Parts: sequence; C-alpha cells; structure tokens
Amino acid sequence: MIRRTALKAAIAAVIAGTLAMGVAHAADPIKIGAVAPKTGPLAAGAAITHWPNIQLWKHQVNERGGLKMKDGTRRLVEIIEYDDRTNPGETIKAVQRLATQDKVDFILAPYGSGLNLAAAPIYAKYGYPQITSTSITDKNAELTKRYPGIFFTLGTTTALANSVAEILAKLRADGKIGNKVAMVNVADAFGIELAEVARPIFKEAGLEIVYDKSYPLGTQDLSPIVKGAKASNPDAFVAWSYPPDTFGLTAQSKIVGLDVKAYYTAVATAFPMYAAKFGKSVNGNLGAGGVNHDTPEMKAYYAAHLKVTGKPADSWASPVMYATLQVLEQAIEAVGTDRKAVTDYVKKATFKTVMGPWKFTNQSIHDFWTVGQWQNGVFNGVSSTGLPGAKPVITKTGW
Amino acid sequence: MDILITGILLGATYSLIAMGLTLQYGVARIMNLANGEMLVTGAFGAFWVFTAHKISPYASAVFVVPSAFVINWLIYRYLMRPLVRRARSRGMLEVDSILATFGLAFAFVGIMLLIFGGGYFTYSYLDVSFPLFGSPFGLNRVVACLISIVICGLLYWGLNGTRTGMAIRAVAVDPGAAGLVAIDVPRLSTFAFALGGAVTAAGGIILSTFLTMDASIGIVFTMKALIIVIMGGVGDVRGAIIASLILGLAETAVATLIDPGMTVAAAYLLFVLILLFRPEGLFGRRQS
Repeated sequence: MIRRTALKAAIAAVIAGTLAMGVAHAADPIKIGAVAPKTGPLAAGAAITHWPNIQLWKHQVNERGGLKMKDGTRRLVEIIEYDDRTNPGETIKAVQRLATQDKVDFILAPYGSGLNLAAAPIYAKYGYPQITSTSITDKNAELTKRYPGIFFTLGTTTALANSVAEILAKLRADGKIGNKVAMVNVADAFGIELAEVARPIFKEAGLEIVYDKSYPLGTQDLSPIVKGAKASNPDAFVAWSYPPDTFGLTAQSKIVGLDVKAYYTAVATAFPMYAAKFGKSVNGNLGAGGVNHDTPEMKAYYAAHLKVTGKPADSWASPVMYATLQVLEQAIEAVGTDRKAVTDYVKKATFKTVMGPWKFTNQSIHDFWTVGQWQNGVFNGVSSTGLPGAKPVITKTGW
Repeated sequence: MDILITGILLGATYSLIAMGLTLQYGVARIMNLANGEMLVTGAFGAFWVFTAHKISPYASAVFVVPSAFVINWLIYRYLMRPLVRRARSRGMLEVDSILATFGLAFAFVGIMLLIFGGGYFTYSYLDVSFPLFGSPFGLNRVVACLISIVICGLLYWGLNGTRTGMAIRAVAVDPGAAGLVAIDVPRLSTFAFALGGAVTAAGGIILSTFLTMDASIGIVFTMKALIIVIMGGVGDVRGAIIASLILGLAETAVATLIDPGMTVAAAYLLFVLILLFRPEGLFGRRQS
C-alpha cells in the first residue's frame, strides 16, 4: 500500500519535473548565422555597413526580450559569426557549415555583390532565404528566377548610372554647367560595369566624355589621372571608384584644384569618414547612395546606431541593411521559423521598415536611392527611383 | 617635367616600403612576408597619435620606431633564430622563413583587428598644394620624399661609412665567411632585422599621411616591396633605391602618356625584363 502510494508520488514528481523542465526550455534562442568579411579587401566596408547593423539589431531585439512568436512565447536571437576573408570560397564553406553543422534557423546574406552571387546557389540548395542589402546588379530578373529565395534591395547598376546622367543633364539644361564630362573608373568588376553602362547613357543625355580612363585597384598615386582629367577641361568629373581610391581621388582633386561644378565619386562618398577627413571641402560632392535623414524613424535609427555600436552609420547601405533585418524579424514574428514559410511571406507581405514601407515585387525593392550629395555636413539623397524626400542638387563651388 | 617630379615622389614612396625588407632579406636572410603588416602597424600608430592627441603624425615616430625595433628584435631572436640555426642551406632557411612569416602576417592582422577594428583609417595632414616648377603637388608627398631621402641617406652612410655597416655588408655577402673574421653574425643579423622593421614602421607613418589604410592592406605593400627588393638586387640598399625610382618613374610615365590602367602591367613587365637580363637584380651578386 505504502509502496504503491510512494510509486504514484514518484511518477507524479517525475512528470511534474519533466513538465517544469519543458516549460523552462521552451524559449530556445533562434540561431541566426552571419558570414561576411572581417579581413581582406572588403573588410573595411563591411566594418562600416554590415557588422554594426547586426550588432545593433541583436541588441535591440534581445533587450525587448526577444522575438515574439505567434504563440506568444519570446525567443532571444543568437548570432553565429564567421569571417569569410572576402574570399567567395570561404563564404560558401561558411554557409555550408552554418547549414549543416551549426544548423541555424536563418543565415543573413553576405556582404557585397560578388560574395552574394557566389553564395546564392548554396543558399538555394539548403532553402535559406537570402535577403541581400549590399548587392547591386543588373541581373535581378534572371537571378530571382533562378533562385526563388533571393531578394534584392539596394538597386541596379543601370539605375545608379542613369541618375548621375540625369543630374548632369539637368544641371546643363539649367545652364549651370557645360556638357564635358571626365570619367574614370576603378578596374574592378563594379567600376568596369558602371563605366560600361554609363558610356551610352551619357552620350544619349547629350554629355560628351572628354577623358575616359581606368586605373588598377590599389593604385597608390592617382595624380596622373586627376591631372589628366583636369587637362581635358571638364565641366563635371565622374569617378566609378571604390573606397581607397574615392579618398585618393578626392585628395588629389583638392591638391590639383580640379574646379568642376559637379564632382562624383561612387562608393564610400556616403561614409561618415569621407566628410570627417576632408571637412568643408566636400560640400557639393556627389556620391552613390543617399538617405532621407528627415523622417523620425531614420533619426532614431542613426541615434541608436551610434549609441549601441559607437560608430556612425553610413548614408547609403546602412539603413537598407537594417531594413532587411527588420524584414526578417517581422516575417519570423508573423509565420515562425519555417524557412519556406518565411520566404513566401517576404515575397507577399508589406513590411514597416526604417526605409519606409517595403513590398517586394519579383523579389526586389524597386524604390531606392541612387545619388546623394554632401550638403552642409549631411549626405542627403538627391536622386532616387521613386522615394520621397529628395533634396535639390547644389553646384560645387571650389574646394 | 611633371612626370619626372611625380615619378620621383612615387619612387620615394616605394623606397620607404622596400627599404626595410632589403635589410631583412638581404642581411638577416629572412623573407619577411609580414613586412607589410609592420608598415600598417606604424601607420596605425601615426593615425592614433594624430586623431587622439592632435599632434603631428611625424611625432609618433618617437615611440613607434623604437617599439618596432624592439618588436622585430624579439621576433628575430625567438621566432626566426631557431629557424636559422637548424637550416642546412640558404634555400631551406628561405622556405622556413616564408612559412613562418606568412603565419606571422595573419597573426598581426588579427591583433590589429582586435585593437583597431576592421574599418578604414585615414586623415588629412599637409593635404595642401605645394607648387614645384609650376605644377601643384601634395605637400605631404613632398615631405615624404624628403624624409625618404634622409632615411635612405642615413642608411647608405651607415652601411658604407661605419664599421658596423661594413660588418653588416659582410654578413649579407657571406655569413659563413663573416663568422670566420670574428663578426658576431647572430647579433648583427638580429640588429639588421630589427632595423629593417623599424625603417618599415617609419615608412608606414609617412605613408599614412596620404594613403588610406585598413588592417588587411599589408599584403599589398609586401608584394610591392618584394618586387623592388628582387629587382634591385637582394641586400643592397642602393639597388632598392634605384629600383624604386625606376618603378616610380615608369609607372608615372605609363599612367600619363599611355593609360593609367597599364601601370600594373608595366611594373610587372619591367620586373620580368630585369630578371631576364640580370637575374640577380640591378645591384645584386650572382650566387656562387
């Protein structure tokens, strides 16, 4: 009799204990993988645009108690980071490891067009959605058909070149500049692509390219190019450049006194350190990207970014990357952690992001900033493919 | 004239990059693939001094250069000397030192990443126009050229006009024979390696005034230094200077007269031509 009671009590205790344990372990963290450069040629760009956003988002989500799932439980977010050393082979290996060994729920898209394109097949193979934010290509249509889980948010090469041509043509139509353009590009995939796309577009807009040269990536002395450009007497200067040469060209243009009323350098013009290095000289400098700094959401984002990561965000891809994290967050909270469900949800739903309302059409966001300009210490968006808040273009008046 | 001055300024920049490796490879016989990382470390030191303390980056040399000397002394003494002792031939030492310094380069990049983060480091110093013969040049580059001339001059005088310098040159020619004439080869090799590292770090400080650096960019400088050292003849400071100048002038001439996109091709073409007709480099000695 006593033994049976004791047995029943023991069984009850075990069951109660298991239930209690079960409840305590119900809120497992959601594991999210992140692979991007921490070393190698693109590491510096990723250190400004990619990693701080991840740090900020994780901090904000976990401070709130985690993501709120459909059934009311909250799950914290855990990020597993890998350095792909700017090597596409390493990116692919890391994605494979995240999928098969770490068995993460989601993998954030890599950094940069090249690494994203290289990793796309393996994301598709394992069924992970790939919401890119730093990938610019003209092949959106072809890629979204081939990879049903890839999403593009930063725009296309042609749109970027088109906006520059439009701005220059408008300045010319308003009588502010002539039609002679000196164009240089870095001899790397992005620079070459932009230059090739730009040549016919410039010609069609009535602009005459009077200096057209490319330079190798990593050139230590850009003065022959800037002096050559100056000698061709241009009204505008356009450089399809990467971060180190963006800084180098600007420094040389200042020293040589390249007095054009429209000055454009592509990547890195939107970095806070561009204005920090050159100060007031960059007023009027145009660059790839841009942001509408005036919305309350954007202001809150920049303030939070600085507070949590200690670094200022850039004025182009930073808010876009953060928006993709918001998309993932809202999708998980809506449909859970099933990857197929999330992918389908991202394709259909409208999201509330720091960039405004986002709805993907054919897995792409079609409204994005293309050109920004430094105006009194702020890099404002001046041209976009349909976003509100563009500021008027000012002419550059000396260095 | 413009090409000449720009070429000389660029050549001076290159000589700063290559001078340290000349000493390390020529005298200590260590093919130091972490050379570029030492240069970037020097640059970071200058950056930190300028942005945190607002004094001239050149002033950072006061603590960066001696620190680099000490660090390189320690690296040779504890990491390289065991390799030197057990190497049975010069070729084996080269292979061993390449592998060891390759790993060292990654370690350095990791340390710099930890301390400084992965972003770009750049600042504006003497970024004003300095007219020479009617053409504008960056004042920071002109100052870099002058400092480079001073450093190279000091090294040349040190190596050719002092007793220690003569001993160092003897070690560069033949370490075995140098040991026979009562030259303390291990101590002088360590000294040369440390001096090479200090010179490279000084070069880094000067280059940081006009180049944008990040933790991963060291390899670019190592490759450039390698070409110059081999072109100029291993172990000869004159060779490194002349090779840097030739390279600087050639690249500028090609960029101005032909196409800026051809500069890398021209540099490597020059490299190949010199090696075809004079495999030991401009001032090198044939291996006996």
